[in-house]
Amino acid sequence: MTDVTVDTGYTSPSISALDPEAVRRRVAQRRAAEWRFQAYGVAAITFGLLCVALLFTVIVAKGWPAFLQSTLKLEVAFDPAVIDPAGKRVTDDIMAADYQALAAAAIYKQLGIAPDDAVATALADGLLSTGADVDLRKLVLADPSIIGKTQSVYLLANGNVDAVLKGAIDRAVPEASRQIKDQQLAWVDQLVTGGRLSKAFNWGLFTRGASSQPETAGLGVAVIGSFFMMITVLLVAVPLGVAAAIYLEEFAAKNRWTDFVEVNISNLAAVPSIVFGLLGLAILINFVGLPRSASLVGGLVLALMTLPTVIIAARAAITAVPPSIRQAALGIGASKMQSIFHHVLPLAMPGILTGTIIGLAKALGETAPLLMIGMVAFVVDYPRTPLDPATALPVQIYMWSTAQERGFVERTSGATMVLLVFLLAMNLIAVILRRRFERKW
Amino acid sequence: MVAASDASVLNGSGAKTLTGPGAHSGKISARDVNVFYGENQALKSVNVGIPERSVMAFIGPSGCGKSTFLRCINRMNDTIAGCRVTGKITLDNEDIYDSKLDVVQLRARVGMVFQKPNPFPKSIFDNIAYGPRIHGLAQSKTDLEGIVTASLKKAGLWDEVKDRLKEQGTGLSGGQQQRLCIARAIAVGPEVILMDEPCSALDPIATARIEELIDDLRKNFTIVIVTHSMQQAARVSQHTAFFHLGSLVEKGETQQIFMAPTDKRTQDYITGRIG
Repeated sequence: MTDVTVDTGYTSPSISALDPEAVRRRVAQRRAAEWRFQAYGVAAITFGLLCVALLFTVIVAKGWPAFLQSTLKLEVAFDPAVIDPAGKRVTDDIMAADYQALAAAAIYKQLGIAPDDAVATALADGLLSTGADVDLRKLVLADPSIIGKTQSVYLLANGNVDAVLKGAIDRAVPEASRQIKDQQLAWVDQLVTGGRLSKAFNWGLFTRGASSQPETAGLGVAVIGSFFMMITVLLVAVPLGVAAAIYLEEFAAKNRWTDFVEVNISNLAAVPSIVFGLLGLAILINFVGLPRSASLVGGLVLALMTLPTVIIAARAAITAVPPSIRQAALGIGASKMQSIFHHVLPLAMPGILTGTIIGLAKALGETAPLLMIGMVAFVVDYPRTPLDPATALPVQIYMWSTAQERGFVERTSGATMVLLVFLLAMNLIAVILRRRFERKW
Repeated sequence: MVAASDASVLNGSGAKTLTGPGAHSGKISARDVNVFYGENQALKSVNVGIPERSVMAFIGPSGCGKSTFLRCINRMNDTIAGCRVTGKITLDNEDIYDSKLDVVQLRARVGMVFQKPNPFPKSIFDNIAYGPRIHGLAQSKTDLEGIVTASLKKAGLWDEVKDRLKEQGTGLSGGQQQRLCIARAIAVGPEVILMDEPCSALDPIATARIEELIDDLRKNFTIVIVTHSMQQAARVSQHTAFFHLGSLVEKGETQQIFMAPTDKRTQDYITGRIG
């Protein structure tokens, strides 16, 4: 090698030849710009965190009372004359009995009201939930030998009583414009001091179905509906999505046709979810003839909506596997399929799982397409199969948010908390799975 | 060198029939091999014979086609979209581009070691056991352990890893990883081992160990090595082929190529004037 000197007639400027003051200023400017940029970043993150904190605080503050429910402990006499006057102990008779009367009799007795005092009984009736009879009927059906005995039973208090106990009703408001009368307030205080009226954990929020009374309304049907839908999405979207991603990434020839498919998968991911609802209505319900409000239909619609997310995540995860691993496998005589299933997929698994769970979480919180296929339904009984009518968690939240009664306000936030817990749990699972399957190379 | 002889090589009308393996003999033989990547011709009419149980080195400047030719021998080029191979390559007089030949079986017979060590992100044991497993080479667990042990011993890695076979193969040093990859290739009992610049990512000490290993392996395997280091080619190989701009310029016994090249381009390359 020889050193070559080329004379271009031009001397390159050197930094040491510049005015030191100008250099110092330039450096200071650069540092300030960098500091500003970092400050913007910190500010943006702080703002985001504050918003999340505010959101959670509001929801929790509004929603936590939903997890408590006022209950009345009453000595209920299971009067055979009311429950089964014929004395035949036939289920149909027992089903049809007037259990609200039993509950009412128990509270009259507790408060010392004469059953023929029309004014007082009407007021006392207002302390009980109109759904109290359901729980009593269940009790009797479970154990008919109870008929004729007197037993201490926890019964749901009326929504207004619940509101008083939770401080949601202002006692200073004049009686005429208050939901609960002075006499009732006095009884409430009397029952609380007597240890007969208290707040307990609201299991009913998770087990009960739809109801027009807040105290007997629960998320049971919605949780089961959402569960069926998640299973459907998992069974439909994941195998299809991963298979499509493997084919597109590893087998398909790169040509116009695959480009076209690729672009359309991205487009599909951007389609508004309500459109998928329309599709479900037009094809699954009107054409195929699947039942309305069924979680199977909801699940299929959500699966269709999640599919592009899964495909895109799986493709990204598969592309990220270094080609050297594929070559290593092919080099010792593994077939293409073996190299994919033995080496590429295990390495892509964390990414695929993360994408899938994020897709599932998105589907769990999706409401719009479910409105289109009639999942905004008043379903009291648990769906036994995915073909039975059901609702979903976000739809239940939406329905409660439009209800009038005060008890539904806290339940709306309470149900949102339940949904958020489900979503957080899913994200946690995603993180754990990613940690477990992640391998370094 | 005379211009006429240059032209004859460029025309692909025939390789020099001076010393060394003939074009149509040996373990592997290539006749009139052309490789195209789309419209670009990467290899022009290569004729070469690779003798059994010896080391043949392919040398030449970057982009000369030596790796491309190496990858023709186990048909790894099949995995590259738009790659087309014409001509005939035989392994033990069997056409490896025959449509009836199963490429998976071919790759079990012709193993490959890559430029960058690429162990699977699995245990050392599983790295080596994978090949025998998919080819059904081991009847029992004991068989498999035997194969793994033997392969590691042949690759000169056994003493270093015998106590940690359950550890990740990716946790080894670069040189150990490359020997693990060689052991993995040996484990399926190949006849030929192709090595694509196996030492380019290694330090001189690890390189020396791999070179010793190649010299040992020569007794049992036919080895083809692509290398950028002419010293390495001189040290490990018995035969050398020089590639330039997609053509096989000259081939012969390594000593002859380095001491008395017949082509001017070979001479220029080994003296450092082109490259």
